Amino acid sequence: MQQVIEVENLYKTYGQTVAVNDVSFTVNQGEIFGVVGPNGAGKTTTIESMVGLRKPDRGRVRVLGLDPHREAQALGQRIGTQLQQAALPERMKVWEALDLYSSFYRHTIPWEPLLAEWGLDEKRNTVFGNLSGGQQQRLFITLALINDPEIVFMDELTTGLDPQARQATWDLVRAIREKGKTVVLITHFMDEVEALADRVAIIDHGNLIALDKPQSLVKGLNAEMKLHFSLQNGFNPHILRDLPEVTAVAQHGQQVTVRGSEHLLAGVAAVMAQHNAVPLDLRVEQASLEDVFLKLTGRKIRE
Amino acid sequence: MKALAKLTWMEFKLQLREPVGTFFTLAFPLLLMVLFGIIFGNEPQEFLAGFGQIDLSVAGYVAMIIGTIGMLGLPITLSNYREQGILRRLRATPLQSGTVLWAQVIVQVVMAGLGILLLVITGRLLFDLRLPAGNLMILPAIILSAFSFFAVGFAFAGVMPTPRTAQAVGMALFYPMLFLSGAAMPRFIMPETIQRVAEFLPLTQVVILLEDLWLAGTWNVTAVLIVSFLLVAGLLFSRFTFRWE
Repeated sequence: MQQVIEVENLYKTYGQTVAVNDVSFTVNQGEIFGVVGPNGAGKTTTIESMVGLRKPDRGRVRVLGLDPHREAQALGQRIGTQLQQAALPERMKVWEALDLYSSFYRHTIPWEPLLAEWGLDEKRNTVFGNLSGGQQQRLFITLALINDPEIVFMDELTTGLDPQARQATWDLVRAIREKGKTVVLITHFMDEVEALADRVAIIDHGNLIALDKPQSLVKGLNAEMKLHFSLQNGFNPHILRDLPEVTAVAQHGQQVTVRGSEHLLAGVAAVMAQHNAVPLDLRVEQASLEDVFLKLTGRKIRE
Repeated sequence: MKALAKLTWMEFKLQLREPVGTFFTLAFPLLLMVLFGIIFGNEPQEFLAGFGQIDLSVAGYVAMIIGTIGMLGLPITLSNYREQGILRRLRATPLQSGTVLWAQVIVQVVMAGLGILLLVITGRLLFDLRLPAGNLMILPAIILSAFSFFAVGFAFAGVMPTPRTAQAVGMALFYPMLFLSGAAMPRFIMPETIQRVAEFLPLTQVVILLEDLWLAGTWNVTAVLIVSFLLVAGLLFSRFTFRWE
């Protein structure tokens, strides 16, 4: 697979603080690559080094074979960037922003279809200051796509969005990848990388602490799966202990919790069906990237 | 070139959508002129060497327009763009910093030009304003003064941490200078010592430069040199003080 980004021993300090400490990774063409970590972990410095906004103290960064700092202009033509803490002038209209940013690039795609695709059609004459947070975010994404970039960088894409808008945005990110583009996604939301990323780099205190597929990282925990449900009739849940995949059963009144391996669900359902018992309010609790982070660092990501 | 043209046009539209800034640049000097014109008229006076009151003041009003943009308009706009992250977004494009700065300069030169044109036309219509003695010779002097003050404005914008500081410091520096330099009221009504001291103010040199060309059609070489020096210093400094964020 072709590598479009190479980061080798990236190192950057601000005064006494080491923001990024010898981080190395590569990004393959056409994948969604997640960089995740708590606030202040060094994610933004990492993305800024890749798009040429920041000069690393040490280390080597190549994006599409170019040095982001020395060849910023050439690279800028070929990448799209959605940044944190960026804005447009309050009174600039949506269509004006797209029209203006189109003039910065040698190669662009028509912006009208882009507006429609990202649901901003009706907002084309609205000024930036009057857009909602989600609309501003979508406008920034269209600006990042206007030059038909080979790589799209997104920093904290869904921060400040409501759950529904987040889901919709995820679908759109998948759509970007479908078009053959590489996406680098930076976020402090573990569920976001779990839902979207093909591979994920977990960063903490400037150090790269894990790099793999999200599923592989979770699987590596060998964590148990938990089933929670409540019972309606006289079914005795303790007979579930006979199943090889079950390790423990606990009952508190009507509430039952069954622990076991990841193939737990099918076996439990089959036994209960044999006894004509129906599990109510069934909830499956699986290990997630949050647990991976907890195991690697000893604390939760949002502490 | 396409990017510069688009960006300049966009900035121009944004400028016109910002009524307060436009008022100060275009309307305030105009109001002053009309007000004093109504009070004192513009009849040639013997004690004013045969000039009218408006004839004597208009070079100062032109300097006022240039000074307001350079010391207040540009630094406040730029530090605002920086604080909000507008420059940060622009920086993540292939655009060069020079293009961003040039767009601002062109827009502000056009705004200043509009303000001056409005001043001259109104002065002509209402008070039979005397046109510059050196005719179009005043144009290069206006352009030199504008570029020089705008360059200083850019250098100043780079040093100011926030738009609020830019506004406060800009006003603290500009308003005393406005009144002492003869931009808001003629210098000859001030005590001689004050006039002497005021000659050290950059805006005074712009007033002297424009006044001499307007009334006598002569170039004041000292003023040209000082204003040019200011331009070079401003350009050099702004290279070092410019920050995207």
